[in-house]
Amino acid sequence: MKKLFGIALAAALGLGMASAQAEDKLKVGFIYVGPIGDHGWSYQHNQGRLAIEAAFGDKVETTYIENVSEGPDAERAIERLARDGAGLIFTTSFGFMNPTLKVAKKFPDVKFEHATGYKRADNVSTYSARFYEGRYIIGQIAAKMSKTGTAGYIGSFPIPEVVRGINSFMLGAQSVNPDFKIKVVWVNSWYDPGKEADAAKALLDQGADVISQHTDSPAPLQVAEERGAVGFGQASDMIKFAPNAQLTAIVDDWSVYYVNRVQAALDGTWKSEDIWGGLAKDMVLMAPFTNLPEDVANEAAAMTDKIRSGAFHPFTGPIFKQNGEVAVEDGIILDDGALLGMNWYVKGIDDQLPQ
Amino acid sequence: MGAFESILLTVITAATPLLLAAIGELVVERSGVLNLGVEGMMIVGAVMGFAGAQATGSPYLGAVFALVSGMGMALLFGFLTLHLVANQVATGLALTLLGLGLSGMIGEAFVGQPGIRLTGIEIPVLSDLPLVGRLLFGQDVLVYLSLALVAGVSYVLFRTRAGLIIRAVGDNHSSAHALGVSVLKVRYLAVLFGGACAGLAGGYLSLVYTPQWVEGMTAGRGWIALALVVFATWRPLRVLAGAYLFGAVGILQFHAQAHGVAIPSQFMSALPYVATIAVLVIISRNRILTRVNTPACLGRPFVPDR
Repeated sequence: MKKLFGIALAAALGLGMASAQAEDKLKVGFIYVGPIGDHGWSYQHNQGRLAIEAAFGDKVETTYIENVSEGPDAERAIERLARDGAGLIFTTSFGFMNPTLKVAKKFPDVKFEHATGYKRADNVSTYSARFYEGRYIIGQIAAKMSKTGTAGYIGSFPIPEVVRGINSFMLGAQSVNPDFKIKVVWVNSWYDPGKEADAAKALLDQGADVISQHTDSPAPLQVAEERGAVGFGQASDMIKFAPNAQLTAIVDDWSVYYVNRVQAALDGTWKSEDIWGGLAKDMVLMAPFTNLPEDVANEAAAMTDKIRSGAFHPFTGPIFKQNGEVAVEDGIILDDGALLGMNWYVKGIDDQLPQ
Repeated sequence: MGAFESILLTVITAATPLLLAAIGELVVERSGVLNLGVEGMMIVGAVMGFAGAQATGSPYLGAVFALVSGMGMALLFGFLTLHLVANQVATGLALTLLGLGLSGMIGEAFVGQPGIRLTGIEIPVLSDLPLVGRLLFGQDVLVYLSLALVAGVSYVLFRTRAGLIIRAVGDNHSSAHALGVSVLKVRYLAVLFGGACAGLAGGYLSLVYTPQWVEGMTAGRGWIALALVVFATWRPLRVLAGAYLFGAVGILQFHAQAHGVAIPSQFMSALPYVATIAVLVIISRNRILTRVNTPACLGRPFVPDR
């Protein structure tokens, strides 16, 4: 028994020394809501983590916990990272908001970054990406490429993030073809390849010839490829799954942001901020414009530049709601608060928004 | 291609994995074993099917990989519950968790890679017939296999001596044992059959339905298959009907939505389970129905020496 105790003590001391050695390294922790193998949301965050490792090498050490559910478990997982000596922790899903703040209170010296949330503290930043900028561009492309004048849109859940994307897509499409139609189907999941494929087939059967999706798997694109239709990749470049069907993809790229924030933490210049970056901050990227006529590709690239430079904002008035009510006055740009809480469709969308 | 025909094709694709997994589980449960690990066997089948197709370049060999890996998982289940007499419910749940984790680990390298599709068969002339050509003569082999399995299981269970033995073991294992039937052997074989079917169902997902590998791609279909067996009151032909019904409901829901009919999609997602509960309520009110179809020894362990 005594011997066993001795071993345990030695082990504890050894561990203590190891962590003392690691002190000069910045430990960066990540909490993912899904598996890193989802090839979507968590996968892209993990790519950002790998970018940190590539950029800083020995100066940082990264760890992650995947598949953390958005409940009481999250708090425990975040706290574990903090106790293990992480100096900077990224919690990468909306539902981690309150757990992050709770743990942040207990560990005032640890820096926290919460994705897509809106509650901050002195040691808690929030960050998100303006994916709707990309959606405007693909909306324009869709309207130019569609022969039937109808796009199919696969939605996950009717939350503001997704509704904003649908509206932005539609505004882009209407700027090309005012009579453009859109059919929206909700699959009630972020991630179910089978259902997403079924939804894509249903939309194509009903006359859509362009598919856009706000779900994470490449299944809808595969269906488009098989049926000779076209579509857009989501979250990552999915050209490998649909070499003839993907026109472009809206890519979540967290790597630039993550590297910057780690640099700030190393330099001691990190402070609590709210970053909502889009094309301009390289947090949203457009995959190469493929399978398009040259003029359409060039116009899309030009629009990308215009949004990136700030010369154009997709939600510039006049914008009308479905019932004809004015949502945004002529020449006014919708403010971020209204964008973040968007729960109405723009005029021209025939569907009813599930409440 | 007409819209109706196209819808039917989609329904077949949606129903086949449910049908494959459920017909296997039906035999397992008819022999008196409750294996709740269908989801786990299925997802391992999905990843191994994908891996097999990638490694060999042949989606057919991929399907064989899926089938064998499903049997491997089932063997583990059989060893634990039949040999070591572990609790079937707990072991089944553990098998699901194991499968989900294991498949994620095996599949890590395959994320983001397009898969090889197992395409439909082509019969000259017949496949090109108007209307029925693609529907009847242009499906992939797994669709035909799933239908053949239903016919086969139905015939074997109710028209042959082997089927009588399986049902006897499931209804009263002590009597079957007294008559000299090796209860454990029958149950082992049934469990392995169930694993093969579940593995194949998983392979169908990663080879036909959506030729790709992503973690958790079964997305609860194993549980629907389990519900389906109860829904069908352990009858093969009703499993067939149920699988196509559940498949059709899912597809028609999307069509309704695209038409602008507002059906809460949450309700549709819950429908298979609601239907199963409804069936359970109905059959448990009618004693004769329950007695005729529910395997009386379902979930009860058998130890020959006691």
